[in-house]
Amino acid sequence: MSINNSDECNGKTICRLWQLLKVPSTQYSLGLLLVVGFVSGIIFWGGFNTAMEMTNSEEFCISCHEMRDNVYQEYQRTIHYSNRTGVRATCPDCHVPKEWQHKVVRKIQASNELLHKALGTIDTREKFEAKRLKLADNVWKVMKKTDSRECRNCHNFDYMDFGEQGRRAVNQHSKGLEEGKTCIDCHKGIAHELPDMHDVDPTAVVGDI
Amino acid sequence: MMIKKLSIIASLTLGILAATASMQSHSSGIESLRGASDLDQNSTAPENKQYAKDGQPIARDYVQQPPLVPHKVDRYTINIKSNKCLSCHSWKNYREAGATKISQTHFEDRDEHVLANISARRYFCNQCHVPQVNAPALVGNDFQPITAISGQ
Repeated sequence: MSINNSDECNGKTICRLWQLLKVPSTQYSLGLLLVVGFVSGIIFWGGFNTAMEMTNSEEFCISCHEMRDNVYQEYQRTIHYSNRTGVRATCPDCHVPKEWQHKVVRKIQASNELLHKALGTIDTREKFEAKRLKLADNVWKVMKKTDSRECRNCHNFDYMDFGEQGRRAVNQHSKGLEEGKTCIDCHKGIAHELPDMHDVDPTAVVGDI
Repeated sequence: MMIKKLSIIASLTLGILAATASMQSHSSGIESLRGASDLDQNSTAPENKQYAKDGQPIARDYVQQPPLVPHKVDRYTINIKSNKCLSCHSWKNYREAGATKISQTHFEDRDEHVLANISARRYFCNQCHVPQVNAPALVGNDFQPITAISGQ
């Protein structure tokens, strides 16, 4: 195979580039190619992860008014924002997985959120409230599927001292552990307001059944 | 003329001084429930009260008393969309939660029509059912529950 494949490619740029890549280097040493490849690998990989981490902060989440004016305001009144010991769980602690492979999947799924940001699906309080049950239900379903993985980054049954818990907590947690329940089964609406619960549990809200 | 002016100034000064002195003595003599601090002084803030974490149901003191809440309820939300209390105390949920179920009287409207779900006028639980803190009584009383409750 000759280096000059212009006849074979009929002048097509992509085809010529491909032909060039297929041919072994005759000018550069293997060592240089390795070093350049290694260094640029570090830069690209590091850059990719740094960019991804930048989207993984509370500041980034509340840079959109949809998050800042709705869920963030409600979250500030809850135990995960202000509490006795000053330990906080920020947005990505609960809403983005810690493990890399799950995190990348979640970040790809977030492109749907960008689409709806552009469409303005929840750009007013009224639109947000109308969508709240659907949005909450999405999170509940994911939590259920992953066995509340993000909760368990901090809260783990194995290290819970039931002796330190109140009467109700001991009952519920030991029962939950036995029945293989997951955190979100009971702990809904702990960091944000609940949606209208008529469709979830009509006995826990006023109105006709 | 000069002497007259001076005496007026002197008597005015004396009067003001006397008035100030009497005002000070008056304000320090008042003792209310918030303590004996002067009106122009900040009173000391009382210590924060702690809610009991969790406990057994608290006995009633009189028959019509709404039962007290024997656990913390801070940050529990009750609004038109949801009611945190009912997620354990509703008739559907009380068995699983091991909670006391809400009274049957809570299913009646004001015309005593029986409803299928909790009545709107009984929906805001903490209007009547309140948790307790470790606070001493502000005023003493010697109220005794009736025999039907105390058994004595």
